[in-house]
Amino acid sequence: MNQVKVSINGKEYFAPEGESVLQTAIDNGIDIPHFCYHEDLPIGSSCRTCLVEDVKTGRIITSCSIKAGEGVAILTDTPKVKELRLKNLELLLAGHQKNCPRCQKGTSCRVADEIGKYGVSTVKYWRPEIQEKLHKMSQAALLDPQLCIACNKCVEICEKIGVGFLEMRGKNIQTHATWTRKPEIDCIYCGQCTVHCPVASAREQNQIEDVEKALADKDKIVIAQMAPSVHASIGEEFGLPIGTDMTGRVYTAFRKLGFDHVFDVNMGADITTVVEAAELVERIKENKNLPMFTSCCPAWVKFMEFYHPEMLDHLTTSRSPQMHSGGAYKTWWAKKEGIDPQKIVVVSFMPCTSKKYEARHEKLKINGLWPVDHVLTTREFGALLKKHNIDLPNLEPSEVDAPGAYSGAAVIYGASGGVMESALRTAYFDLTGKELEKVEFEKVRGIEGVKRAEIMIGERRLKVAVVSTAANAEKIIQEIKNDPSAYDYVEVMACPGGCIGGGGQPIPTTINIVAKRTASLYKTDAKMKLRKAHLNPVVRDFFDNYIAKLPVAAREKILNTSYSRKKKFQ
Amino acid sequence: MNNDLVAKIEEAGLVGRGGAGYLTAKKWREVAMANGEKKFVIVNASEGETGLFKDFYILKNHPETVVKGVVLALDHLHAKDAYFNLNKRYYRLLRFKLEHVIKEYNDKGYNIKIFVEEPSYIGGEETALLNAIEGKRTEPRSKPPYPSLAGLYGKPTLINNVETLYNVACVADGTFEHKRFYCLSGDLKHKGVNHMPDDWDIEKILKETDNYPDFDFFVQIGGGASGTVCDQDQIKGKLATGAGAIEIFDKKKTDPRKLVLRWLEFYQKESCGKCAPCRAGTYQLYKMVKAQKDIPWKEMFEILETMEATSFCALGRSVAEPIRSYYSNVLKPS
Repeated sequence: MNQVKVSINGKEYFAPEGESVLQTAIDNGIDIPHFCYHEDLPIGSSCRTCLVEDVKTGRIITSCSIKAGEGVAILTDTPKVKELRLKNLELLLAGHQKNCPRCQKGTSCRVADEIGKYGVSTVKYWRPEIQEKLHKMSQAALLDPQLCIACNKCVEICEKIGVGFLEMRGKNIQTHATWTRKPEIDCIYCGQCTVHCPVASAREQNQIEDVEKALADKDKIVIAQMAPSVHASIGEEFGLPIGTDMTGRVYTAFRKLGFDHVFDVNMGADITTVVEAAELVERIKENKNLPMFTSCCPAWVKFMEFYHPEMLDHLTTSRSPQMHSGGAYKTWWAKKEGIDPQKIVVVSFMPCTSKKYEARHEKLKINGLWPVDHVLTTREFGALLKKHNIDLPNLEPSEVDAPGAYSGAAVIYGASGGVMESALRTAYFDLTGKELEKVEFEKVRGIEGVKRAEIMIGERRLKVAVVSTAANAEKIIQEIKNDPSAYDYVEVMACPGGCIGGGGQPIPTTINIVAKRTASLYKTDAKMKLRKAHLNPVVRDFFDNYIAKLPVAAREKILNTSYSRKKKFQ
Repeated sequence: MNNDLVAKIEEAGLVGRGGAGYLTAKKWREVAMANGEKKFVIVNASEGETGLFKDFYILKNHPETVVKGVVLALDHLHAKDAYFNLNKRYYRLLRFKLEHVIKEYNDKGYNIKIFVEEPSYIGGEETALLNAIEGKRTEPRSKPPYPSLAGLYGKPTLINNVETLYNVACVADGTFEHKRFYCLSGDLKHKGVNHMPDDWDIEKILKETDNYPDFDFFVQIGGGASGTVCDQDQIKGKLATGAGAIEIFDKKKTDPRKLVLRWLEFYQKESCGKCAPCRAGTYQLYKMVKAQKDIPWKEMFEILETMEATSFCALGRSVAEPIRSYYSNVLKPS
């Protein structure tokens, strides 16, 4: 794109022609408050806080709606700008600030930051009462209409994901985001609304206190397990560069928080890979229920169960990584250690809100116990650490406990295409009996929403597709309806770019940020010696010395799941 | 293209009668010159502001003339598709006659439809009405692009007020008399719509209609919400603005707080909710005045000036004008 010069506060900056000048300011570290602007979504210009002065006309305008072009010159801090900006911040946040005392976010809140920075005081204003109840999306997320600033971002991202569950309702001060009453549309719990909400009106259902309670209980053995996407993003909550790998420091932080054992969801991912690859090989050999769909994204599974129950046979019956590792710790590991599984509390740290929903599936219980007891998002994890004054960036890195060991194949689960790549590394061995030399499958990497590839596994040509977002999944489903042999294996994640762009990730999350986090995951994988799930010694011990000795039904209870048609809100 | 007609419209000096006063010939040329196979004409019959009822009067008494204006516009644009953006309250009362007139033209190949609009102030804002017809939320769009280039479903769209199209038909017929429709209301004897020369000042209009008060009074001119307020000694030489409303207030009988509250109640109800200054500003202003015995002018003007400078659309930007002009022209605080 053509680069043009834009003048901000008398200094010139290069910007792509036509780009929002607010974006130019953000990219160059120039502070302009904004609430309704997100670089991946339409420009609504509704919060009216990104005000600047147009040098040529002297008029006060919103910087988000100015397009970068030759001669564009703005001032961000004139007395007039300051005065109007402050007033609009106060008007915008009048309802919000009055709710602050009872908010979960505590000190880690962007709104609180802006309120402090600009000296916003809304005491003189009335608190609007929105005539709408708080709405919980299963155990995953919630919509709190009292905090809504009507920026429309949740509605736009929900539409972009391909669901359209959210809409704006009401006029005047009653304007707020809410859920659609249409019976044919349901939430899939992806939580993209929560990661695109600038004011935590859409947010995850908080489980921080549950975790603190478990940690304080002397009778409980509390296990921490973290998903790979959290390794690569939690640093952002502490202002570190995007994509900083925090793995070792997080393990230290878990110990400081008082977790008894520090394991990792990655170990579960290696189990998932082994189970899923075996099922893929079996289905290919029998030519049954192809293409096989991945199932580790609960939001994608909910999408299938609600919108396409006629195709549930295509989903792999493999459980997801957190369920595999959680289940393994409460069975195999508990037995090995001689611990009563009832005493074990498994806490997952996930980039995701739908994992909270998955964790409460009755059908996934093993011997009456949830494989995972609590799920915290990356953001909740950040809030928990800050609450306990743990200075994550300055901790000494440490190692995961032995039963949490994992391969590089598990690390890349966080990226769209990672599950497929991991499964292919193992399926190659399952199909050919030989170990794959070059483990990278470049064709399924990258943050594009739809990736199609043909991959040779020995003599066999596999047709695969990797998609993220329900909207892209719907395209692939229609392709398959038109041509049932279009693909052999399809990976789907509900969030853009996969889990690394998940609904529980730090705010802001943008496509550009997701790309940087993704690069960090592949870098970690490339550095690892162990890069295939089936070679993970912990996983081998789990399968060879425990699973193999169980009756089939007991095995399936730990490794597999089933699916059924879901009604709205089910 | 009937450029002859546009030249006549220009010569007659037609301006939009919805309130903004945009040059009609200019608008017609913009839509005619815009690229696109498909184009639309929309008749704006929303009339959602208090104190206005002349569009209803025109549609009731001259539906043939208005529809003729629509057809002239369609022919000019080589288009067939038009919408009446019609206030739901009006629809019930006007449908029989209007639908009958429309049918005559639709039988000849035109496609003129009535969109029944949920009555609201913002529903008359031209980009908000486009959203409403498209089934979206009734709230304004960012401009540019202007409807002339990208309007209904992204197609070039000519949006004209009822009176504007009435005038166009008169210009085409050679019967245009440089008159406008005035809506007279408030504390006066002869309320209603008067069709009178557009260069008469308010004083003359009041006198000619035998309405000039024999008490101390002030006037709100243009629209019952957004209009400017003038004292009685300011109406000589003052022409009607906006959509042509003239509302008379008896000074003795008017309680300032009640009047300000009336305006604010209207605005806080009618704000579409899109942008923060208008959504929250109208609400806070209303609550603020409602809660106190004396009007908190200083605090009120702080918010009003912010709304005027930073609101997304003309609705939010217009709230300051009636209150400020009432304060400075009528109350004249020392």
